Amino acid sequence: MSAIRLRVNGKDLSAENVAPDTPLLWVLRDSLGLVGTKFGCGMALCGACTVLADGAPIRACSTPVSAVSGQAITTIEGLAGKDKLHPLQQAWIDHDVPQCGYCQAGQLMSAAALLERTPKPTDADIDTAMAGNLCRCGTYQRIRAAIHTAAAKLAQGKA
Amino acid sequence: MNALVQPASQADENLRDLMRDIEGDAGGVTLRAVKLDRRSFLKLTGMAGGGLALGFVVGTDARAAGTTATEFAPNAFLRISRNGSILIYSKGPEIGQGIKTAFPLIIAEELDAKWSDVVVEQAPVNPAVYGRQSAGGSRSIPDSWDQLRRAGAVARSMLVAAAAAQWKVPVEECSTRDSAVWHGEKSLKYGALVTSAAALPVPDATTVRLKERSEYRLLGKSYTGVDNHRVVTGAPLFGIDQTLPGMKIAVFERCPATGGKVRSANLDEVKRLPGVRDAFVVEGNGKTTEVMPGVAIVADTTWTAFEARKKLKVEWDESTASKDSWSELVKRATELGKQPTGTQTLANIGSVDEALKGAAKTVAGFYTYPFVSHAPLEPQNCTAWAHDGIVEFWAPSQTADRALETVAAALGLPVAQIKIHQTRVGGGFGRRLMNDYVCEAGAIARRYNAPVKLVWTREQDMSQDFFRPGGFHSLTGGVDATGKLVAWRNHFITFTHDGKAPSSGSNWSEQELPGQSVANYQLSQTLLPIQTPTGPWRAPRSCSVAWVIQSFLHELSAAAGRDHRDFLLELMGEPRLLQGGLNTGRAADVIRLVTEKAGWGRKLPEGHGLGLAFHYSHAGHFAEVAEVSVDRNRKVRLHRMVVAGDIGPIVNLSGAKNQCEGGVVDGFSTMLGLEISMENGRIEQSNFHQYPILRLANHPQVEVHFIESNNPPTGVGEPALPPVAPAICNAIHAAIGHRVRTLPLTKEGFSI
Repeated sequence: MSAIRLRVNGKDLSAENVAPDTPLLWVLRDSLGLVGTKFGCGMALCGACTVLADGAPIRACSTPVSAVSGQAITTIEGLAGKDKLHPLQQAWIDHDVPQCGYCQAGQLMSAAALLERTPKPTDADIDTAMAGNLCRCGTYQRIRAAIHTAAAKLAQGKA
Repeated sequence: MNALVQPASQADENLRDLMRDIEGDAGGVTLRAVKLDRRSFLKLTGMAGGGLALGFVVGTDARAAGTTATEFAPNAFLRISRNGSILIYSKGPEIGQGIKTAFPLIIAEELDAKWSDVVVEQAPVNPAVYGRQSAGGSRSIPDSWDQLRRAGAVARSMLVAAAAAQWKVPVEECSTRDSAVWHGEKSLKYGALVTSAAALPVPDATTVRLKERSEYRLLGKSYTGVDNHRVVTGAPLFGIDQTLPGMKIAVFERCPATGGKVRSANLDEVKRLPGVRDAFVVEGNGKTTEVMPGVAIVADTTWTAFEARKKLKVEWDESTASKDSWSELVKRATELGKQPTGTQTLANIGSVDEALKGAAKTVAGFYTYPFVSHAPLEPQNCTAWAHDGIVEFWAPSQTADRALETVAAALGLPVAQIKIHQTRVGGGFGRRLMNDYVCEAGAIARRYNAPVKLVWTREQDMSQDFFRPGGFHSLTGGVDATGKLVAWRNHFITFTHDGKAPSSGSNWSEQELPGQSVANYQLSQTLLPIQTPTGPWRAPRSCSVAWVIQSFLHELSAAAGRDHRDFLLELMGEPRLLQGGLNTGRAADVIRLVTEKAGWGRKLPEGHGLGLAFHYSHAGHFAEVAEVSVDRNRKVRLHRMVVAGDIGPIVNLSGAKNQCEGGVVDGFSTMLGLEISMENGRIEQSNFHQYPILRLANHPQVEVHFIESNNPPTGVGEPALPPVAPAICNAIHAAIGHRVRTLPLTKEGFSI
């Protein structure tokens, strides 16, 4: 047990009394109070715990915290800009995507990673990028539409 | 051949009771109006004592006279501030069905509020004040429709009276819109009327005028969910997100076979593990809906608790535990299915034997569907804290109102010593109608002197469910020379916990089609004893029986060489109301609409097929057409699902469509590849690798069309789901001529 230092959402944070093999998920939720990242399966099967490590989507439930020391972690709490939602978050609201909403943080983080690498994703790109995220309520059609909307808005912003 | 023995299950009556409650009087025309005389409204709205307890500034003449009122709160559902902000309390649990947006919209409509002025909060759990505070059976909207409309209308009438008095004009000359009272060009914002309205007497809620549908400004349009901003920014909304100062995390280990008791456990060893604060045996009361025996571990963090559980060794006494075996049950049911009738006859109309003899064509089939799990994405959890003579809960429950009594009974405390806060719920689907995890948290909290959050693992959530029961149907049917349905015989092989009645979620009713629509009809059942807990799953009963009924109807129309649309419309016949609430006219309307929208009868590419199915449940009439393609390797693709539904007036169009879209995905996901099986009383599936919920790449395009008929409104979390599986199977038959009689589809070699 020792203190773990992490860079999360642009801030240097420290978590006390954490074993190095503790999954990042529980350090975020229990030690740092960042509960937006969700526990769904504990086996990297559902994607509810998806966060970004140096921009790449990872499953926090199955990633030991020691494996991401030194990497920049982004959670759902850090997705929005200072006073503006990320275009994906806005598109999620505009399309009224959520039902229960429990998976949506993970969905958004996977989608954010997708748009970083592939600003204009095809349906096939979306299929692949979102394959690790379950939505038990079945909001997939709206998730797909919202990703396209956000991509279009991002393209507009850059034009 | 008597398949009846009697395993004990004290909980089953409770479950059946629950089932009756959520099915309610679901008939579309027998809708229960919440009648509010003045006394009950005062009680309901908290003015006969409860108001103070809720901390409301109540707008009665006695209390709010003068100018001290800073808010106008004529009842427990809304408060208007001087700054014009309108706070509306949503009384029921939000489980993903969108009720936290729909309930306030109904109040805001009658209040004539501007939606952007409205702020929504979850109401406290207090059924004496709010009435029903449960989510199940798609009953939230129909059970609350009048109550909420009147809550809004009472406030509006008082605001109008206040403005009219100020202007010295008759109230009849005033109107309301956009959070203001109007008289000609003059207007007064509601916020400006707070003090004067609060000084007025509260009118009898039964006398206030409710709007005609033609006057609606808000209802029927699309709104994004009121919590969506908080959802997409990761705010702590859910049960599992709750934290309290000094809170510890608890895990609870039950016997893997239902009914096992703790003989011994390595508690001393577990207590020495890092982060562990305590470990102890909980005897429980043996009720699956309350507290089963087990071992609790209390630890500093979720991970240390989970790790400690891996080191926990329990020796179980399984002498009374479940020995259920799905493979054995299938074997026995298949054997029983060779008998045309079961041990209990539920309906016998006309003469099925005669009619089958005289039929031009007969068809027989044996249908099998599996147990399935609810698998909400938020695993069961609950935070509890025993302090100051009460036990306080933060519970993601579908039945917060019932939980008060259930938890009180389980803990042996009076209801007055139980306090429950409703959190947002990460998926219900019927699982959280039961409050076993709430009771467990309470039992642990009473043994530990600090707030504790009980968290189940996914593996526990999947194996400790109240499963949608599987079932078996041995069917024979006949059509006459014109292709008309003349005979239907069903031997239903289902389950029992008490040896007498079917288990929760596994009963059948002759009110289901075609019991009231065919001259010769026989329904019988045989009960197989089990101990595995069962319960309501999204659209209980309908979620499985619709597949059997609508598939077999299609078998018969196909055998007769009929167009299935014509066959179904003929079955519906003249518009009339059947027992149970199915209106054949409304059914025919959605069948016509869906076939028109789906291009029924059009030429399709090789390997493609359209399938049509209808089902009535939860006061909703739904017809759906699936378009599928199947290749030589039985790879199936669901391209499109067209949904036509009649649920009366729509509250939130976006929310209603979202429920239908989700219902289609859930229905497809479940019929395609989901199955729970058990051997030696143990559930064989543990996590999503063995319970493969559909992923994004395979969602169909869903198109939803509503007939907004002038019938009482109903909820839509459930009724869009039942037609999904039969529409898909009928489409598979149309595509390749293969009849699916066993679910999930993967059992018959299909894949995606």
